[in-house]
Amino acid sequence: MTPSQRTTKPIRVVLSILWKDLVSELRSRELLPALLVFSLLVVILFNFAIELSPDLRLVITPGILWVTFIFAGNLGLNRSIAAEKELGCMDSLLLSPIDRSAIFFGKVLGNLFFLMCIEIIILPIYSLLYNLNLFHPSLLLIFLLGSIGYAAVGTLLSVMAVQTRLRDLLLPILFFPVILPLLMAAVKACDAVLQGQGVSNASSWLNLLVAYDLIFLAVGYMVFDFVVAE
Amino acid sequence: MNRPPKILTFLSILSSILFLLALGLVLFFTPLEAKMNYVQKVFYFHLSSAWVGMLGFICAAISGIAYLVSQDMKWDIIEVASVEISLVFFLNAIVSGSIWAKPSWGTWWTWDPRLTTAAILEMIYVAYILLRQGIDDPERRARFSAVYTLVGGLSVPVTFLSIRLWQSIHPAIIVTQGTEGGSSFGMTPAMLFTMIFSILTFTFIFVTLLWHRIRIGHLAVLVAELRNQENEEMQS
Amino acid sequence: MDTREKQTPAIDIRKLGKVFGAKKVLRGLDFQAKPGEFVVILGPNGAGKSTLLRILATLSRPTGGEVRVAGYKLPEMASAVRARLGVVTHQPMLYGNLTAEENLLFFGSMYNLTGARARIQLILETIGLASCRRDLVRTFSRGMQQRLAIGRAILHDPEVILFDEPYTGLDLEACDVLDRILLKVIDINRTVVLTSHDLSRVDSLATRFDVLNRGVIVASVLRNAMPGTLLDFYREALA
Repeated sequence: MTPSQRTTKPIRVVLSILWKDLVSELRSRELLPALLVFSLLVVILFNFAIELSPDLRLVITPGILWVTFIFAGNLGLNRSIAAEKELGCMDSLLLSPIDRSAIFFGKVLGNLFFLMCIEIIILPIYSLLYNLNLFHPSLLLIFLLGSIGYAAVGTLLSVMAVQTRLRDLLLPILFFPVILPLLMAAVKACDAVLQGQGVSNASSWLNLLVAYDLIFLAVGYMVFDFVVAE
Repeated sequence: MNRPPKILTFLSILSSILFLLALGLVLFFTPLEAKMNYVQKVFYFHLSSAWVGMLGFICAAISGIAYLVSQDMKWDIIEVASVEISLVFFLNAIVSGSIWAKPSWGTWWTWDPRLTTAAILEMIYVAYILLRQGIDDPERRARFSAVYTLVGGLSVPVTFLSIRLWQSIHPAIIVTQGTEGGSSFGMTPAMLFTMIFSILTFTFIFVTLLWHRIRIGHLAVLVAELRNQENEEMQS
Repeated sequence: MDTREKQTPAIDIRKLGKVFGAKKVLRGLDFQAKPGEFVVILGPNGAGKSTLLRILATLSRPTGGEVRVAGYKLPEMASAVRARLGVVTHQPMLYGNLTAEENLLFFGSMYNLTGARARIQLILETIGLASCRRDLVRTFSRGMQQRLAIGRAILHDPEVILFDEPYTGLDLEACDVLDRILLKVIDINRTVVLTSHDLSRVDSLATRFDVLNRGVIVASVLRNAMPGTLLDFYREALA
């Protein structure tokens, strides 16, 4: 058995990194429960901060949900990248004969997984709390598309932020102004679905979401090397 | 490198003269608009400032990509200079826009696409500055800045389009563009001339300021090198 | 056996320069190491030892000069170098929530290993952690983590191994264990470079001692050819 003369296949790298992140998290059981509790608390905070009649609540639900996930996701991103930096693990990945963009996609998938976990649990709870029907498959699709873009930009920016003096404080400052198109598109698309207007009405917003995802996955793929190199 | 090149000095003087001329034109040459009187005159420099802001934005985006491709530090200096100038001039545009908006529309702020995007861009610029402040290694700082410029440069146009899309679905909620003045409709020749003259003047100002700022950037690098040399001589 | 290895140096550095902004850390450094050599690089803090090692480890790019590792030029052929390189630093570079075995499996896939399980078994026995294979790394002592880090570094049978201040934070017993493992790691086809600012430990293993000061190698001596004690040699080199 000898080491390969070429770089390791990217898909193997991506899946290994994803596996590593999932196993680490399932073992420690620290990040996911904390993010879930945080998300729930934010929803409850909104409940007390914005008093609404039931019909108005349907209108504001997409906004509340997305703001909640943006904040929770921010915490998750910070934690995820800090864990790599702590014991110097990022260096160990950089020492391996792999395409560094594969690290990017591996981390994006891991972060995406955490986000989706939070969303899948919070959505039913929200439905119960406010007696709304949020069980539309198209809704899940919108959350998936939004989360992909969020994970792509978030992973790229979190790797940068953690290497500065401000560290995790800098991530939301860098991140939130740039995530606005995604927020708008996701909220508007959810709106259309919840108001019963059907997905076709939301098609331009969905197109925007997909375009955003593709653009920033491509950007991340191209520049990730620059943000991890020394 | 101690004295600015002759062309730059000439440009500085030219820009100052042009600015004074433009100011004169705006104050005395242009007619008083029927409804708005003097407040309308804010508009000339408002648009010109926004124009310079745009120039700076494009310049920064191009410099960022150029740095990533070439790894040449001079692009980093140009990028910072562009961002700083764009930040100041967009701020000017926003403030002058507010001054114009209050008498016209009765509100200091509207969430129309251009104004909102300008405000978001300012936030991105501030984030950019904070990012740079938190990195000591100049090479890493240049790399990260360039990456963020790329990310911001792509997301801002998308943001603008998104807000426009949002508006087109809810036209009643947000004040429409109206006579804020993209077109020269209803502008007398004097106004048009002043408008073009102002834009030209501000373009000269942009180039002058950019050049000065780039010079300062290069001088700063020189100072750092000299300081380092001195430290080393003291140590040995 | 690749004849290339016998003829060309495993590490070949000429006039290496590294600047951070305006600060020059390495200034025209020359360094060569042949296969089978165990070179210890000594030097005071801030001399540039870690910087040199990071460049050799492909984690940092040189700003001047030429660097070749295992015959491949850096930074262009960094990927080829990485496949033949093992690195141990004072950070463990291990995942705390994975077991020892899982860590090695993960890195095995990063290095595209085939027949990983057998190899991992061998490594675990070499470093003396076979009984702890299913324990989480976060429960390991610093010494055990360091041993596993060495296991990770030799997993893919590298030609060159770099150690950056490996004794940092280890107690006496852990240092002894580390020395015993280092003995097993040494091989006539392998090149080892170890940096340290602690002279007491490195005496017995090295074949050569170099001193790095102010960004250049100021002295180099083969172990057999050393006139007095290591301490004398070091002091004289720094003067």
